[in-house]
Amino acid sequence: MTLNKKEEISRKQVESNPSAIVCSGVRKYFQEVRAVDGVDLEVRKGECFGLLGPNGAGKTTLVEIIEGLTKPDAGSVEILGYFWGTGNDHAIRERIAVQLQETQLADKLTVEETIRLFRSFFSRGHSVEEVIILGDLEEKRRERVHKLSGGTKQRLALACALVSDPEILFLDEPTTGLDPQARAKVWDAIEGFKLRGGTVVLTTHYMEEAARLCERVAIMDHGRFFAIGTPAELVASLGARDIIEFNVHGNLEADILKDLPGVKAVERKNEGYILKVLSLDVSLPALLSAVEQHQAKIGHLLTRQATLEDVFMSMAGGSLSDER
Amino acid sequence: MKDKVMHPLVELTIARIKESVREPEMLFWVFVFPILLAVALGIAFRESSADTFRIAVEESTGSKGVMKLLLPSEDIEPVMLTSEEAEEQLRKGKIDLIIGIDQIYNVRQEGDALTALVFTYDETRSNSMAARMTGQDAIERGLGRKDIVSIRDNRVETPGSRYIDFLIPGLIGMNLMGSGMWGVGFALVLARTRKLLKRLAATPMRRSHYFLGFMLSRMLFLIPEVAILVVLGRIIFNVRVSGSALDLVIVSILGSMTFAGLGMLVAARSRTIEGASGWMNFIMMPMYILSGCFFSYERFPEFSFPFIRALPLTALNDALRAVINDGRPLYAIWLELSVMSVWLILSVVVSLKIFRWQ
Repeated sequence: MTLNKKEEISRKQVESNPSAIVCSGVRKYFQEVRAVDGVDLEVRKGECFGLLGPNGAGKTTLVEIIEGLTKPDAGSVEILGYFWGTGNDHAIRERIAVQLQETQLADKLTVEETIRLFRSFFSRGHSVEEVIILGDLEEKRRERVHKLSGGTKQRLALACALVSDPEILFLDEPTTGLDPQARAKVWDAIEGFKLRGGTVVLTTHYMEEAARLCERVAIMDHGRFFAIGTPAELVASLGARDIIEFNVHGNLEADILKDLPGVKAVERKNEGYILKVLSLDVSLPALLSAVEQHQAKIGHLLTRQATLEDVFMSMAGGSLSDER
Repeated sequence: MKDKVMHPLVELTIARIKESVREPEMLFWVFVFPILLAVALGIAFRESSADTFRIAVEESTGSKGVMKLLLPSEDIEPVMLTSEEAEEQLRKGKIDLIIGIDQIYNVRQEGDALTALVFTYDETRSNSMAARMTGQDAIERGLGRKDIVSIRDNRVETPGSRYIDFLIPGLIGMNLMGSGMWGVGFALVLARTRKLLKRLAATPMRRSHYFLGFMLSRMLFLIPEVAILVVLGRIIFNVRVSGSALDLVIVSILGSMTFAGLGMLVAARSRTIEGASGWMNFIMMPMYILSGCFFSYERFPEFSFPFIRALPLTALNDALRAVINDGRPLYAIWLELSVMSVWLILSVVVSLKIFRWQ
């Protein structure tokens, strides 16, 4: 779809527009650093879109451009049928919600007071009471912010974003630094929002989080998208569904492993190898017989399904990063 | 539901007040510190005109006669000291005047013990000067001087002329400056360093509401801030507000807003607390000294008056003194009110232009 066509549609019938966000050619340089270097992106209504990438990949800058907090050097951002800076900023802000990575809310206010304050900025939305329940904050409502644990603070930040019952929710690394239990609580709150039909744009460097919450993800590094698709598609793009990891005692060359049936890639790892294979039932017996044939011994054999982590490693740690 | 969320401006103001009240240090600097300062300075510089003069008589022949002449005077507290002791005590300010007997002159005159006295005192001290007059008067009167003209003392206390009367408005002005600039400037920079400003910028909150919330909370805070010094001045030092209370409120609000505006300006771009603190001190320090908080700026050279009067704190202090001490109406201080208004408008306009939300 061309941009013109999209504009036409959004003008005619904003509500039936299936896209929540459309970015084209978005670029932002900070002096020499190409933070965002020509990104095209479409986020559909009702989907959870994940932005994956290492620190400094440009995720936060891209998200802040979409949120209207940073002006891009070039390119356009259409959000809920509007463009930033065309007199509709207030209307957009009424309908989106933002949770920033580093925001520290006012220390001396209580949970409830903080939510009240944020609620007052929006013309419509949930009641304070509802938001406290959504964020699972009933027990902490009278606590001051500076006394809260990291997980509760994140849930409060999320609650402050949910006060307006937004159409699009932007989350920038919502669970970074949290323990698994606290992380699960944040995920529950995000899933609740998705169930109510909300659109989510999630930035994270936890692959597990992206895989659990996102319908589609984009992998970003050096200001560009390297891959975009559903988690399953991205995993499939590796050309391997399963991973075999093991340690070796004795002589077993990488060349031998590479020629085994169904093996797509071989990586050296400490005292052993990681094999990316099309299917376990073909490659595993072949591996075991090769081990026997070369009189080697293997230990710590581990097989698992390929994950986004492997996709990310193959991109960020592999050839894509080296090219530059 | 009684817990209905109110207008954002109301909620911002309430949140701001709650944050301030929950900051114990802030309460100390705004409420306790000025009181301590007022009490300490008020006691240290209280006028001693009602007190008696301490006059030392040097021990020598005839000194007893001098003592006798001084004793009847209610205003004099005479002591007999050796000349060394007397000199030391004069130096330390414990006595105001030494009366010595000129021995050489005395020997020549024989018989008559009292013909020549030496008054030793520090002429830069007003108390010494007064003691000299009182001492001479008592001695001459005791020796049978006939008054050429009869003078009756009609002692009145003119309110508004003592040092404490000068000090209380100065402290109110200083306090309004400090709490306005720190209260607004510090909070804004803190919110920026904590990325709270950025978070707020992502909501549909009207930016003007955010700043107005600060201004309104300052306006409410100023009531106890000013009241505590006014009431304290009245109770402890009998400092009267001779002008109208409404005028005092109006002047205080304008002054407070002016410094809130300056605080905003300092915080408009600062990214660090340290940077902002430096600027605050840079702006406030000269005004503490020049603007007549503790002493009148008329002690500075006359050519500097126009500059000093153009400072916002000078305008506020002068306006407060005009209302509190002199009971003047607002139209009589239009110049001071204009100076503050110009500062207020300039700082708000400029800071809104250059304000950094991230």
